[in-house]
Amino acid sequence: MPGLLRNLARLGLHRLGMIVAVLWGAGTIAFCAVKLVPGDPVAVLAGGENVIDAAERIALVQRFGLDQPLWAQYLRYLANALTGDFGESYQFRAPVLTVILQAAVPTLQLAGTAMALALTLALVSALATAGRRRGLRTILSGIELALLSTPVYWIGIVLLTLFSFRLHWFPVTGNNGIRALVLPAVALSLPLAALLTQLLRDGLEAALAQPFALTVRTRGVGETALRVRHCLRHAALAVSTLTGTLLAGLFSGSVLTETVFGRAGIGQTALQAIRTRDMPLVLGLVMLSALLFVVINLIVDCIYLVIDPRLRKSAA
Amino acid sequence: MTSLEGIARTSEASAHSAAARRRHPWRAPGLLLPLAFVLMLVVAVPEPQWFTSRMPDAVDLDAIFAPPDASHWFGGDQLGRDVFTRVVYGASLSLTIGLGATAMACIGGIILGISAALAPPVIRWPLVRCIDILLAFPEILLALLVIVVLGRGPLNTLWAVGFGSMAGYARLIRSQVLQVRLSGYVEHAVVLGEPAWTIVTRHILPNTTRPLMVLATIGVGTSILTGSSLSFVGLGVVPPSPEWGALLADGRNFLDIAPWISLLPATVVAISVISVTLLGRRLQVLLAQGDVP
Repeated sequence: MPGLLRNLARLGLHRLGMIVAVLWGAGTIAFCAVKLVPGDPVAVLAGGENVIDAAERIALVQRFGLDQPLWAQYLRYLANALTGDFGESYQFRAPVLTVILQAAVPTLQLAGTAMALALTLALVSALATAGRRRGLRTILSGIELALLSTPVYWIGIVLLTLFSFRLHWFPVTGNNGIRALVLPAVALSLPLAALLTQLLRDGLEAALAQPFALTVRTRGVGETALRVRHCLRHAALAVSTLTGTLLAGLFSGSVLTETVFGRAGIGQTALQAIRTRDMPLVLGLVMLSALLFVVINLIVDCIYLVIDPRLRKSAA
Repeated sequence: MTSLEGIARTSEASAHSAAARRRHPWRAPGLLLPLAFVLMLVVAVPEPQWFTSRMPDAVDLDAIFAPPDASHWFGGDQLGRDVFTRVVYGASLSLTIGLGATAMACIGGIILGISAALAPPVIRWPLVRCIDILLAFPEILLALLVIVVLGRGPLNTLWAVGFGSMAGYARLIRSQVLQVRLSGYVEHAVVLGEPAWTIVTRHILPNTTRPLMVLATIGVGTSILTGSSLSFVGLGVVPPSPEWGALLADGRNFLDIAPWISLLPATVVAISVISVTLLGRRLQVLLAQGDVP
């Protein structure tokens, strides 16, 4: 175990450099993008072109530091971001971090439920169909392909039309309670489940073809036990290559599902920030999404060291 | 899921059944049906009047919220416009965004990818990091950032979608170039003293195009998807343009009384993307078999 810990530490340090680089790059790209935006930020701040007088205008400019040269604004922005201070949202007149954290709660509920649902679906269907050629597998593969290419909003609209408007099983919109979470979570989880199933099935099939599977079989271990206890670990490794894709799917899926189902959340906040040109909020969202990406990638890499002993050796 | 990789990935799963179709690789229904659909779309771009005699903005007061029937195939919307006609006329906008964005992403990806593989280290290292950082963002977030800077509109949507997917192409090209430049013929060309530019354009670039063709075919589908998603959330093409995503957004408020306004255009989007993806997959299988030169 000390070897594992040392390797984890080394991997962590290497990754820390990468995380800092990605975050700095993300912040810089977002800052440049925001400064490239045409138009007067004070107009956005005040909510209109000419509703404030000169004194109020100067006060606003000074309050948001818009009178300083660009490089000073950039340095101040970076320094503040380091301490977790992303400034004040133009629209909400509250710290960006507070706005984002508030919006993150319903999104995390949605994304978490969807991810759990997708994993369950993927595990069941991959374990049931890996290595079996005809019938169920062919049908499931077809459905997976269809789901992967189907817009999330189509699934959402179909679910809404069927279960909310026709059958009245679930509420049409809103954030209240578990019943309002069911349809959005299902809509979001189906494409993810399709991708995960394919990854897991490929991994399982590769594992089942290896000599160790034959060894386990000759010991008289049943097919289910072989798949669950021996092959699943190998299949889980295959998922690592697409963590980023899964996250991106989760994010863009959340934006769309929240729009279809009228749920509050990060997606809605991001869209509103972009529509109203609320730059501090846009910057904060970009930075946090980059942070989330690198942190989750780091966690996944650490989990793989736990899953696969061979990686511990190669990381050393 | 609007991710390119997610869809590109599925193609590997189908490779095992390739042998079964080897005898008539061009005649499988999995190729012909999507091909027919895509051809229909391609015809609908320059000649929408072949499919419908109405105009996309023509208002027919009798057709307000008319359910689908023989004269209004997809029904009528809240203003009495024929939804089918709007879908047909919207094809040009959506396909232009899909094709244009993919072309832009390919060109940008080729330039970025080749530079990130072959340029001197001073340029190479920042480029590789740049690609890494861009890959750290969901495509749709990058596209939204571009929309923030440029504003809404059809052309800006095209730029946004193209920029969002560029990093994926750049990474593919870079890894291909790194492979190809180790091969014997490149070594040969270097020994023969060919100029670097010739080596890149004559030897390296042509040999990276195979995987690029597959990714780009599937990429057209995902670009249509991302473009329509942007319009759907109200940040892409602005109504009353009959872009597919904008059509759906239009009908969302009337799901209760007239679900077809959103549902049928959304189905067309889904079928288009599935068709393009199937074509891409088949192309990949055929390329792997070596049937296509």
